[in-house]
Amino acid sequence: MTEVNAPVPRLTEAMPKGVSLWQDAWVRLRKNKLAMAGLGILLLVIVLCILAPWIMPYGYEEQDLALGATPPSSAHWLGTDTFGRDMLTRVVYGGRVSLAVGIIATAVALLVGVTYGACAGYLGGRVDAVMMRLVDIFYALPFMIFIILLMVVFGRNLLLLFLAIGAVEWLTMARIVRGQVQSVRQQEYVEAAISLGLSPATIIFKHVIPNVLGPIIVYATLTIPQVMLLEAFLSFLGLGIQPPMSSWGLLISYGVETMEEYPWLLIYPGLALALTLFALNFFGDGLRDALDPKASKD
Amino acid sequence: MALLTVDNLTVYFHTRNGVVPAVDGVSFEVNNGETLAIIGESGSGKSVACYSLLGLIPRPPGRIEAGTALFEGKDLLQLSEARLRRVRGKGISIIFQDPMTSLNPFLKIGDQLIEPLRLHFDMERREAWSKATAILEEVGIPNAARRMNAWPFEFSGGMRQRVMIAMALITEPEIIIADEPTTALDVTVQAQILKLIKELQVRRNIGVVFISHDLSVVADIADNIAVMQNGVFVEQGSRDQIFKSATHPYTQKLLAAVPDSEKQPSVPGARTPMVEIEKLKVWFGDSRRGEEVRAVDDVSLTIKQGEILGLVGESGSGKSTLGRAILRLVNPVAGTIAFEGRAIEGLNARELKPLRRHMQMIFQDPYASLNPRMTVYDTLAEPLLLHKIVNRKGLDVEVFALMDSVGLARDAVLRYPHEFSGGQRQRIAIGRAIATKPRFIVADEPVSALDVTIQAQILNLLLELVDRFDLTMLFVSHDLAVVRYLSDRIVVMKEGQLVESGSAHDIFTNPQQPYTRALLKAIPGKSLLSGNLSFE
Amino acid sequence: MWRFIGLRTLQAIPVIFIVISVTFFLVRAAPGGPFDDEKAVSPQVRAALEAQYRLDLPMHEQYLTYLSDLLQGDLGPSFNYPGRSVNELIFQGLPITAELGFYALLVAVGIGVLAGVIASLRPNTAQDYVPMSLAMVGICMPSFLLGPMLVLIFGIWLDWLPVSGWGNSQGDKILPSITLGAMYAAYIARLSRSGMLEVMSQDYLRTARAKGLPERVVVVKHALRAGLLPVVSYLGPAFAGLLSGSFVVETIFQIPGLGRFYVQAAFNRDYTMILGTTTFLATLIVVFNLLSDFVAAWLNPRLRYQFSNKQ
Repeated sequence: MTEVNAPVPRLTEAMPKGVSLWQDAWVRLRKNKLAMAGLGILLLVIVLCILAPWIMPYGYEEQDLALGATPPSSAHWLGTDTFGRDMLTRVVYGGRVSLAVGIIATAVALLVGVTYGACAGYLGGRVDAVMMRLVDIFYALPFMIFIILLMVVFGRNLLLLFLAIGAVEWLTMARIVRGQVQSVRQQEYVEAAISLGLSPATIIFKHVIPNVLGPIIVYATLTIPQVMLLEAFLSFLGLGIQPPMSSWGLLISYGVETMEEYPWLLIYPGLALALTLFALNFFGDGLRDALDPKASKD
Repeated sequence: MALLTVDNLTVYFHTRNGVVPAVDGVSFEVNNGETLAIIGESGSGKSVACYSLLGLIPRPPGRIEAGTALFEGKDLLQLSEARLRRVRGKGISIIFQDPMTSLNPFLKIGDQLIEPLRLHFDMERREAWSKATAILEEVGIPNAARRMNAWPFEFSGGMRQRVMIAMALITEPEIIIADEPTTALDVTVQAQILKLIKELQVRRNIGVVFISHDLSVVADIADNIAVMQNGVFVEQGSRDQIFKSATHPYTQKLLAAVPDSEKQPSVPGARTPMVEIEKLKVWFGDSRRGEEVRAVDDVSLTIKQGEILGLVGESGSGKSTLGRAILRLVNPVAGTIAFEGRAIEGLNARELKPLRRHMQMIFQDPYASLNPRMTVYDTLAEPLLLHKIVNRKGLDVEVFALMDSVGLARDAVLRYPHEFSGGQRQRIAIGRAIATKPRFIVADEPVSALDVTIQAQILNLLLELVDRFDLTMLFVSHDLAVVRYLSDRIVVMKEGQLVESGSAHDIFTNPQQPYTRALLKAIPGKSLLSGNLSFE
Repeated sequence: MWRFIGLRTLQAIPVIFIVISVTFFLVRAAPGGPFDDEKAVSPQVRAALEAQYRLDLPMHEQYLTYLSDLLQGDLGPSFNYPGRSVNELIFQGLPITAELGFYALLVAVGIGVLAGVIASLRPNTAQDYVPMSLAMVGICMPSFLLGPMLVLIFGIWLDWLPVSGWGNSQGDKILPSITLGAMYAAYIARLSRSGMLEVMSQDYLRTARAKGLPERVVVVKHALRAGLLPVVSYLGPAFAGLLSGSFVVETIFQIPGLGRFYVQAAFNRDYTMILGTTTFLATLIVVFNLLSDFVAAWLNPRLRYQFSNKQ
């Protein structure tokens, strides 16, 4: 396979560089204040979560039964729970789990969905019809109920949780990817590539994928909050993450139990979840508007 | 007394990137019984000028800076929105360009037709319905009463445009603005619609403003013509004045851009056939359920080395499919294709690959035929490297040579497609097609999406390249005048079948088949074409 | 049109079948039976219970008997509430959940469509940003977060509304309905806004304005139909979501509906209850999806025409 995007040769070095569509999109994204704010918050949350073991003042499991639940103070910025554990630490550690689940499960759905959808979209014809019929059948299944059942029955298994969540999300991903691949495949520059004599592999990697990447990235970014919500929902019902680990969903369920007396146990994890979801959604929306000018409002 | 008098109309668009003077001091008159044609290329401001009279331009960015438009004793530009609404669809109606998208797909034809009557005259539904039915008949829709209950998608493009015309006429307006009403229609249908508009105008003594980018289209119907460029009228006059004694260079350029000459026949000699097609069938869809589409149905033809064969047909004729079939972009279900004596209809991808460098295609849509993520350099280098025309060291030189050949400035080499105009993109596409030094090129409507003046440039470029590189070309188009300008020989297709073939000269002076004759008769502005043409 | 309906219904049947079978085997495959948590029972009593509930038969026989019962509409006896059948329990909880779902749907569609359409009329202005920001809040606050917060604010701190029960005290239906419907209102608001925006740029609206129609008529008569189509298609998934959302909401607000029964049954390994409720709910979802597809197809004249005129 020939590599055309090699370093720019001498004769053309003096020529003015064009503005690629990615650069164009980045400029547009930068102008979107909300999206940038979302990105900022996201980065902050991610950094906090990654560095947690080194920067959190208290241990995650460190109990102080004598202290019990206390409202926010200078020693404990977010207060403590009924076992005297520092809420700030618990919220940050909960974030590690929630975010990890969000990102990993999305990655799983992405992998399966993109492969499936790309094949169906590119191959077309009978293969495509069969593959999408399968997706339609799966789509009609009420997955939520199945997942609950699964978790109840086999529960307490992190891997299963990932798989279950991924199993729900890959369907929509597959549909979107297939749609995108189909529409790109019908573009005339793909026909031109075929008439030039390029191999199918080259066509897919050089012509189809770069033009399909945009919507996929957008959708993946918007799937992460969906997944996090799903995990939180399951954890809230006691069906997802199990102690000693905890996620925001689990923390919220503890908080609900004692919300009348110790409202901060509910508010702070809740705020953390809502804020992160906000950031993800705004950023994802901004990405979508930046990458597809037709979809934007003006 | 004129129906509408527009004086110094000025409309600016205040966008984030600056002020765009869309219309800059335009004045004209519309009289009853007369057609004023406003001619301009895309971006000239012709549509904005007319829409702004009725307040139909988006008016945050747009603003009417100056001017008056006197209609029925009032200045339209000063009217309040409520009063303006009483003129829209009643005193002045509009027929839009694209009949496929201008009707509401969720409402029945009848419901849409009666709307203006009920709105402006407060008519009872039953009365409005019968009036609408009558007008539907008048515009030539058979079975009008039944069709009133039909949905828009049940109609073809030409029929939908008739419905649009009916909807515009139903309130008996004084003026009709027709915004490129035939641009999206086939040639024969276009001729019918033009005739219809003219008839209705005469019968009802209406004033018509006909917007178009194509001088030949209005040659037969315009009484007065205004030529617009960059927001101003560069020239204005009667039809004869413009066509016979235009003074402004832009007008002259537009007139010159109409391909009106016949190609001089090249020196005849024994020429070997390059492409031979025998009984070719390209069918799509499910034959078992009788749902097949016979895009190409039993076509046989030969393309001789060195000639330009013009393939003419309307939409649905199968002309594009035939071109694609030769290049094996679609596969035939029956018949043979021979390229330089070798049968290629059954070859697999691997066997085809070495042949591909000798046969290339130029596509219609310059916006879709280039990969938006690749620079000009990448696009031109790809075929060069793939078929090993040059090695890495020689790439730059060859790429620049290609750009010179197609008339692209060298410093554009690292830019992306979206940074170019339509004409420039087509040049890039042509560059890509000739990069492998092919012997045969299929040009599928390469100029249909371009402005008239750009069209002429690209056509001349193609002629030059064919001559210089000794190419053989299959030129597919729906535009007879263009085909006449370029081709040595012509074949005519209709609904998948070959109807007639012959030398360009013979086809135009002595057409044999009724369909060919109908096509020729439908050529707009044929009075502009030089040469001895017979159309009866 | 009937052919379309028939075809789709036929396609739905294998789906329901798969649902029933998968649920059956999943539940049976679970470690732990329905009586594990009970106080120690003597082996004989246990055997008798198992026989009564047919647990001692081989698996495939249990399956077949279950199916045949199902066809007759009998979902079997409950394990954990002796003497009461699953049918009974379902129909006890169903009306409550149905009412909750109905109000939530009202909230979702009513507020959602209104907000979305209003926002789409003046994009990029305050009229757009305010509803859409609120919608974003709705999307980012799941029901199990929103519910408790609302309870905290309106029920405990302000003491305006009751915090539990359904139909017992005045106004106790308000908070649960809003909690359940809020998220879907948000989605529907975004959907209707984007649907309307896409329609507003269509050519046929320009035709409508050129006829002299006032903007109000242009929007309501010409634009709404097309703009709200995505909302109609969304109703199917929304229904499924509302149903699963009811589990959480009923738990939070102590509402004795089907959702709460389901969650309890899941924990208690009440085989027939789980099976029966899952089957029932899943079938309901499939049916509702079907209905929503039908309505969407019917609203599209091209499909309607195609399917009624096919030879």
